[in-house]
Amino acid sequence: MNTTAFSLSAAAIGLALLVVAHWLGVDYLYFAGYTILQFIVLATAWNILGGYCGYVNFGSAAFFAIGAYSSVFWYKFHPLPVPVLIVFGAVVSGIVGLGTGYLTLRLRGAFFSIATLAMAVVFQTLVVNWDYVGGSRGAYIIRPESLEVAGLTINYIEYLFALMLVLAVIALVTARAIERSQLGYGLATIRDDELAAEACGVPTLRLKLIATTLSGAFMGMAGAPFPYYIGYLQPQSAFGLEYAVNSIAMPMIGGTTSWLGPLIGTLLLGSAQQYATVTISSAVNLLIVGLMLVAFVIIAPNGLIGLVQERLRARRRS
Amino acid sequence: MSALLHVDNIGKRFYGFVALDGINLEVQPAERLGLIGPNGSGKSTLVNCICGTLQNETGSVHFDGKVLDGLAAHERTHRGLARSFQLPRPFHSMTLADNLRIPLLYTVRAREGMLHAHGDLAARCHELLQMVGLADKAKRLPRDLTQVEMRKLELARAMAAEPKLLIADESMAGLSHSEVDDILALLLRLNERGITVILIEHIMSAVMRFSQRLAVLVSGKKVADGKPEDVVRNPDVVRAYLGQ
Repeated sequence: MNTTAFSLSAAAIGLALLVVAHWLGVDYLYFAGYTILQFIVLATAWNILGGYCGYVNFGSAAFFAIGAYSSVFWYKFHPLPVPVLIVFGAVVSGIVGLGTGYLTLRLRGAFFSIATLAMAVVFQTLVVNWDYVGGSRGAYIIRPESLEVAGLTINYIEYLFALMLVLAVIALVTARAIERSQLGYGLATIRDDELAAEACGVPTLRLKLIATTLSGAFMGMAGAPFPYYIGYLQPQSAFGLEYAVNSIAMPMIGGTTSWLGPLIGTLLLGSAQQYATVTISSAVNLLIVGLMLVAFVIIAPNGLIGLVQERLRARRRS
Repeated sequence: MSALLHVDNIGKRFYGFVALDGINLEVQPAERLGLIGPNGSGKSTLVNCICGTLQNETGSVHFDGKVLDGLAAHERTHRGLARSFQLPRPFHSMTLADNLRIPLLYTVRAREGMLHAHGDLAARCHELLQMVGLADKAKRLPRDLTQVEMRKLELARAMAAEPKLLIADESMAGLSHSEVDDILALLLRLNERGITVILIEHIMSAVMRFSQRLAVLVSGKKVADGKPEDVVRNPDVVRAYLGQ
């Protein structure tokens, strides 16, 4: 399926989901769905750098928080429509991604990961000490109850859900297009063997910078509507461990070499977390992530996609 | 005839250790040069400096009439320099055909400034795999290959970049006699197509059969450079290899 056909199919599925959710009319579905879709964007964004390129980023929460705090900044300065905030969040996080990439991409393996973790700590410290966006106290965002669009009154949480659905579709279409493009091949060579990639003529530094920028931009996009969703944003929640851990765990569980991996991983892990939040406790979320990660590292170290590919290959060989 | 590669007095240190000490080397177009030396003599460091994996601290590298100093490894590949690695470094997640597709996409396309149609790329990959006898394994992953096949893939991938100069770094290490003959025949065929080849090798019988000229490095210095039959009788070379 070419990219145009895939984009149209993804948009059609997204629209169908929106219609079904509207028809069901259950508010909780929007809240839970928003979180799962947000993690689809985050996991897909992480996978562009971590999965396709092999550079494990532990600082996802920072990029997410930059998107969220850029919205808080505009809310205080001059409130703007959420779609504009999403674009702004993407630009700011993308620039931070580019800068981080430029400073850290000469590092490899664990050193790069530690640098991204340190970057998250630096940004959290900056935000905690930035009074304008609430500092350590946090910031309140008063979310409108509803929104008027073309004479129709839409529940605001439904609106946010629809926006996140659009972002998820854009992220998946982009990730799939990258995977099948020259850029995708180039990123895969970096993951496999950077020295050999250079020897084949692949401009590794340039491709890594593209990957960090895109990855950061999508994470910022995911974070931008978050203050409107949560209503009260504080550094501990925006820079929360769950964003860093989930954005790594979800692609790892689904499989990191394909756009489908983060989607499957998020649907599995995100749904399990939402179910546990309702039936047991929200505190059990990270425990679920940990247990599933351990299970998958043992059963399917290359994720579900990797497991299926391996089985197919073995069948073809026999 | 002006040299294709001109290495001018290059030096490289790793902290206090002098790996290359003022090496001068010239390689003519379509020449077959053997580069030998005991372990630790600086052969791979020299290759890394020529190819841009390492930056030389002194001297300069000229290729095809242009200075390469300061250029990244991929830019040197675009200029027509290709190498194979001492230990094969295939792209493990890609099929053999896709391994060859990378230099075609990133080097040939960048150099020629034109887009190859999908069919052209596939045909070229097939042609290269056929040249090294791996066409029937095009859809396999590198892990399914034997040692000699891995070496052939390495050479085919270097060839996919359509180089003017190929540096084969110990392409025959660990192979049997017949496998060495296979690789040697392949390198000779490439040279017949006009490609300059520098062969770095420890298997002396292969080096002697292949090389038109031989250069010898010992402890980061070039101690001999000339016809193979003269070089192997050079007292410095004999001393370096036999300790006499």
